[in-house]
Amino acid sequence: MTTDERPPRKGFFTDTSVCIGCKACEVACKEWNSVPEDGLDFLASSFDNSGRLSADTWRHVAFIEQRAPLGHQDSGVGRPEGTAGPVDLGMPAFEPPGAGEGGGQGDFRWLMSSDVCKHCTHAACLDVCPTGALFRTEFDTVVVQDDICNGCGYCVPACPYGVIDRREVDGRAWKCTLCYDRIGDGLEPACAKACPTDSIQFGDVDELRERAKRRVEDLHEAGVSSARLYGEDPEDGVGGAGAFFLLLDEPEVYGLPPDPVVTTRDLPSMWRHAGAAAAVLLAGAAVAFAGRRS
Amino acid sequence: MSNPDRTGEGAGEAGHEAITGSVDALPEGRRGGRRGRRRRGEETRVPDAEFRSYHGRPVLNQIVWEARDIGGYLFLGGLAGASSVLAAGAQLTGRPALARPLKYTALAAISGSTAALIHDLGRPERFLNMLRVFKPTSPMSMGTWILMCYGPLAGAAAVTEATGWFPRLGRAATIGAGLTGPLVATYTAPLICDTAVPAWHEGYRQMPFVFASSAAAAAGGMGLVAAPIEQSGPARRAAVCGALGEVATSTFMERRMGLAGEPYERGRAGALTRAAKALSLAGAVGAVLGRRSRAVSALSGAALVAGSALTRAGIFQAGVQSAADPKYTVVPQRRRLEERAAEEAREPVGAGTSG
Repeated sequence: MTTDERPPRKGFFTDTSVCIGCKACEVACKEWNSVPEDGLDFLASSFDNSGRLSADTWRHVAFIEQRAPLGHQDSGVGRPEGTAGPVDLGMPAFEPPGAGEGGGQGDFRWLMSSDVCKHCTHAACLDVCPTGALFRTEFDTVVVQDDICNGCGYCVPACPYGVIDRREVDGRAWKCTLCYDRIGDGLEPACAKACPTDSIQFGDVDELRERAKRRVEDLHEAGVSSARLYGEDPEDGVGGAGAFFLLLDEPEVYGLPPDPVVTTRDLPSMWRHAGAAAAVLLAGAAVAFAGRRS
Repeated sequence: MSNPDRTGEGAGEAGHEAITGSVDALPEGRRGGRRGRRRRGEETRVPDAEFRSYHGRPVLNQIVWEARDIGGYLFLGGLAGASSVLAAGAQLTGRPALARPLKYTALAAISGSTAALIHDLGRPERFLNMLRVFKPTSPMSMGTWILMCYGPLAGAAAVTEATGWFPRLGRAATIGAGLTGPLVATYTAPLICDTAVPAWHEGYRQMPFVFASSAAAAAGGMGLVAAPIEQSGPARRAAVCGALGEVATSTFMERRMGLAGEPYERGRAGALTRAAKALSLAGAVGAVLGRRSRAVSALSGAALVAGSALTRAGIFQAGVQSAADPKYTVVPQRRRLEERAAEEAREPVGAGTSG
């Protein structure tokens, strides 16, 4: 390492297979970062009432109720061999209590996932920011400088994940900073600190990728064939995310784009096409004037 | 939610625009003629493509720009840029009665577009922060610098024209504005295409040509409105070619975009786009047939200006609609993944491992 020591890239690995939907991450994030209230809405979408990531929601816990067997979410840990199946814990089901046929567990599973800014390797929000308010930190995270942002709103549609947003009362763009103020002091981000099941793991991205790979292998071995990683691949459309996930279903079920691509990948071609169009406009005008005098 | 077992299966959120239940998606490049407003559950000509989403909510955050400000900005930037091009041509070929109103148009339009841009900022008083950086990866940054070059030139051209002061400087400014004008008219295409908005990004190859021709139609139309017919010949040619080009390129773009082109046919965006094409075509026909009548020319010119404005409004609205529906984000990306998987499956094992 050279004299200007550069810390390793930091990020999140969010293992949704152990998320219990407690929303401690949402609360801790708001507390630490003084994020204002995001609307006291009842969205009628399972236990999710914050809805999406936005300027005032930097961690968002998604809840998905599915008609699929719970079985492979059962850890089976600590159950002596030969004993009866798991005790009915009164988990939610689609039928009223007692209506299901034959008892046992109904086909119901509850997916929960704490979503956050991905801190992309190739971040569109940062690329399109015309003021330099968005910058890449020494931890390879992407942060908005609130004293620079002039609220142009360009980063909002640029983000392929729908993360960053403009706070209407304030006019500036806001999003997760990966607790830039905490990690600089050697602390872990507030959400990871508050997570009671270690669903949110903070650390060096290289190490987290290893850990995620092992976790997915373990889950596959345990029969959870639906486990897959999302965003960990450095070859993907955003060059790999600094915050990646272990999911139990397709990404779009969690509100994540299945194959996001940083829009600026095509920007050189856009400039070429725009240049060609400008030349055509100029040439066309020249032709219009070159005609006979009238 | 009345139907909780459908979450994660494309179920709709109450009061949300996304269509509840399984939403149909047309295969790329297989979209036929215009279809009317289709209600849920109605038969479609192509089989429905299922897609899944999170409670029917959009993947993208909605565009925060105001349609009036930024849609207007796209239109006014085009009008200004192309007006400067025509004004320079008119000046060089000795058509002062055409050059004069176009110089004024350019200054007024670029002032209006800059005002709209600043008004749309969340923190307008920080507009000058745009000048902190020169950033080729940000079309808005490049656009700011293009405006910083072009604006003073267009201003000098108009002011020297009005006052008669410094005629040589005015001539140089007119030519300078004419040379930078095309950039002002076309850079706004990368500006909107360099986003994750499907109805914008997927059209990035054609959008600059739509904008350039639309700008020519608007500026030519302005020339027809403001200049006497003895001097408005080149403006008429620019207007007619621009309008025909605008209709042709935008239709081509909408078809090439595949599923992402669908919003251009639906709802408000569809209405705006159809009205824009009708006005542009009517204006072009009027400009040709009414070339001996000052009144018909002026009326046709006004139709072309309005057509250009509606084209931009339609494009803006299509972007909003495509960002609001997860279908336009999820379905093409899912298809891309499936195609890639199919391609990988076709490749013989071991052939691609060593690179």
